[in-house]
Amino acid sequence: MAALTPISRKPLSFVAPVMAAAGAFFGIFVGTANGSTLLGFLIGGVLLAAIAVVIMKMDLPEKPVRWALIVVFAVLGFFLAGIPSAVLGGLFGWFTGWFAYWLYEGRYRAKIAPYLTPGQVLWHFAFRVICGAIFFFLITPIVVVMPLSFNAESFFTFTPEMLRFDPEGYSLRHYRDFFTSDAWQQALWNSVTIAPMATILSVGFGTLAAIGLSQPHVPFRRAIMAILISPMIVPLIISAAGMYFFYSRIGLQGTYLGVVLAHAALGIPFVIITVTATLVGFDNSLTRAAANMGADPVTTFFRVQMPLILPGVISGGLFAFITSFDEVVVVLFVGSASQKTLPWQMFIGLREQISPTILAVATILVAISICLLTVVELLRRRSERLRGMSPG
Amino acid sequence: MKLTKTLLATSALTVAAGAAFAESHMASEMTLVSWGGAYQNSQQKAYSEPYMEMHPDVSIVWDESSNEAVAKLRAMNEAGNVTWDLVDVTAGDAIRLCDEGLAMEYDPEELLAAAPDGTSAEDDFGDLLVSDCFIPQIVYSTTFGYRTDMVPEGVEPPNDICDVFDLETYPGKRSLEKRPINTMEWALLCDGVAKDDIYDVLETDEGQDQALAKLDTIKDQVIWWSAGADTPQLLADGEIFMGSTYNGRLFSVIEEQDQPVAMMWDAQVYDLDGWIIPAGLPEERLARVKDFLKFATDTQRLADQAKYISYGPARASSAPLVGQHAELGIDMAPHMPTDPANSENTFLQNYSWWADYRDDIDAKFQAWLAQ
Repeated sequence: MAALTPISRKPLSFVAPVMAAAGAFFGIFVGTANGSTLLGFLIGGVLLAAIAVVIMKMDLPEKPVRWALIVVFAVLGFFLAGIPSAVLGGLFGWFTGWFAYWLYEGRYRAKIAPYLTPGQVLWHFAFRVICGAIFFFLITPIVVVMPLSFNAESFFTFTPEMLRFDPEGYSLRHYRDFFTSDAWQQALWNSVTIAPMATILSVGFGTLAAIGLSQPHVPFRRAIMAILISPMIVPLIISAAGMYFFYSRIGLQGTYLGVVLAHAALGIPFVIITVTATLVGFDNSLTRAAANMGADPVTTFFRVQMPLILPGVISGGLFAFITSFDEVVVVLFVGSASQKTLPWQMFIGLREQISPTILAVATILVAISICLLTVVELLRRRSERLRGMSPG
Repeated sequence: MKLTKTLLATSALTVAAGAAFAESHMASEMTLVSWGGAYQNSQQKAYSEPYMEMHPDVSIVWDESSNEAVAKLRAMNEAGNVTWDLVDVTAGDAIRLCDEGLAMEYDPEELLAAAPDGTSAEDDFGDLLVSDCFIPQIVYSTTFGYRTDMVPEGVEPPNDICDVFDLETYPGKRSLEKRPINTMEWALLCDGVAKDDIYDVLETDEGQDQALAKLDTIKDQVIWWSAGADTPQLLADGEIFMGSTYNGRLFSVIEEQDQPVAMMWDAQVYDLDGWIIPAGLPEERLARVKDFLKFATDTQRLADQAKYISYGPARASSAPLVGQHAELGIDMAPHMPTDPANSENTFLQNYSWWADYRDDIDAKFQAWLAQ
């Protein structure tokens, strides 16, 4: 994009405080991790402000300074704590150099409209920083788990070997554990047999319920809807305890069917909500037209209505599947030890034996979820493109 | 039943038929409840795998629910649907379950095998039969481990329970269990209360306040654990200097995982772990459980278990049979909490006292934690 606004160099009285603020912001995290928030805050702020002052007072050329900053911080990091912190140091040096000149040369102003006030400019960037921070806090815990699952030791610890990127520190033993242990394989098998059945039931009942409830002539629509949605609103532990006592009385507790039914009940609200949402945009004159052409209600449903609400059905089904696949509370109550699912096994593992096998399983599950969501999204786009609903 | 038995006896069919008859009247599936992890693994290796080899048609399902066994058994009882056949619990939980009528009372002479030298089961287990429902398996202890590389220079490694409360000589984080049992006793012990007076003191409000005041001195350096695996993880991470957990967990950290950690056996608190049979099992399942129990608690099986984990067998007759670790090949005897070198100073927990005071002190302790 071409520059919207002509840019000019900014005075030190602007650059230094902004740099100090950025440094202090980073310093808070580094300082907290090392035991003193205040110290990190001060050191970070002073350090970056000093860099700004040096660059501007001496009017140093950009390229060499930025390279120098990367090298200096990388070397500093290396002497503090080896290779990993050298990488971090290098990244920090790169950022500092880029940030200093970005401010100094006024480049930050180039791509935003010239009529914005300084306050609006500040908000423009603050908004991006906040979004980035939220993203960071959501993703980091998941990403940290992945390298840990290749740990050669039996603890959730980044060993010195791992931090040195020594191949000795890494191994696939926890993946091997997962694939060779009977307990894990049984749990995987249970999850794989329970979740699809529960999904099919949820999708079947949920779709029918949504279609029925969208008919204007059904009495007590709101009340029925509220009851059907309640498993999503009532705390899980309450539903679980209730199901436990009820299923025990009718002999379903501790059976495969019991767990499937319980999970279906949890999945139905998701299907109802997504399908109801797609039905809002559904034109009822289409079914009347189909009937007019001689189609019976079943044919109308499968040939006319279903294709149009399919995206809602699929995403509802996906939620139902993930609910069943991730669920631990209800299965702990309704299932018995022979229905141990993956989340149950992970829960046990986490409580009794903090073993990185759990992390290996988590990594595999994350990979599967990503694949699943990607495939569904691609299929959805393809079908929309085919039907000309989106320029895609 | 009686008629069938008489008929059988009068017919020419003898012992073999009798055995086959018994076998056919036992359930072929059993759900055993235990703690998971290395401990359950030792039970599988020592008890259930050999048993299944002898009875190939029996399948055994393990449920890792011992932690919430009391609550779950209560719920099962209320729902009239007890799905567990044999439950591994600590002695304290066994006493509670027995008092509530959720566990079955049994006769040791009838249910348990005698020692190889003919000593009766009752004498062989001796004092460890702390409840009419409790079938002891192991003696374990809750004790401290510390990181050897975090001992300050020029200072003796910690070897006294009161070193845990000495932040000046041994600075660093500690982990303690998030419940009053053991923690309160240790605090009083290091506040100058004599060992024999601990429970008398702890009975009074002032005594409880005294223990909490002692704990207050280290509170900001304590990480509270609730699962046995927490302290090993924290020690391996170097996040704490010392921490309490079950001795078998520490053995695993030190010997099997090779971490720079050492044991501190001073004032270790013994506890017992064993089976209970849920009350009200149907006859067929009960017959299977009894058959399994007789095998799984005999002298050799209890000694075998010690090959996989450093907990002391509950039978006196098993102690001489304790051999070497199944994989590492090291002698297990010196790692047992009952080894004379480790048990110079031990602390005996008073189960019945805790059964009476637990709820009150728990509430007080949790309130103190939240302050």
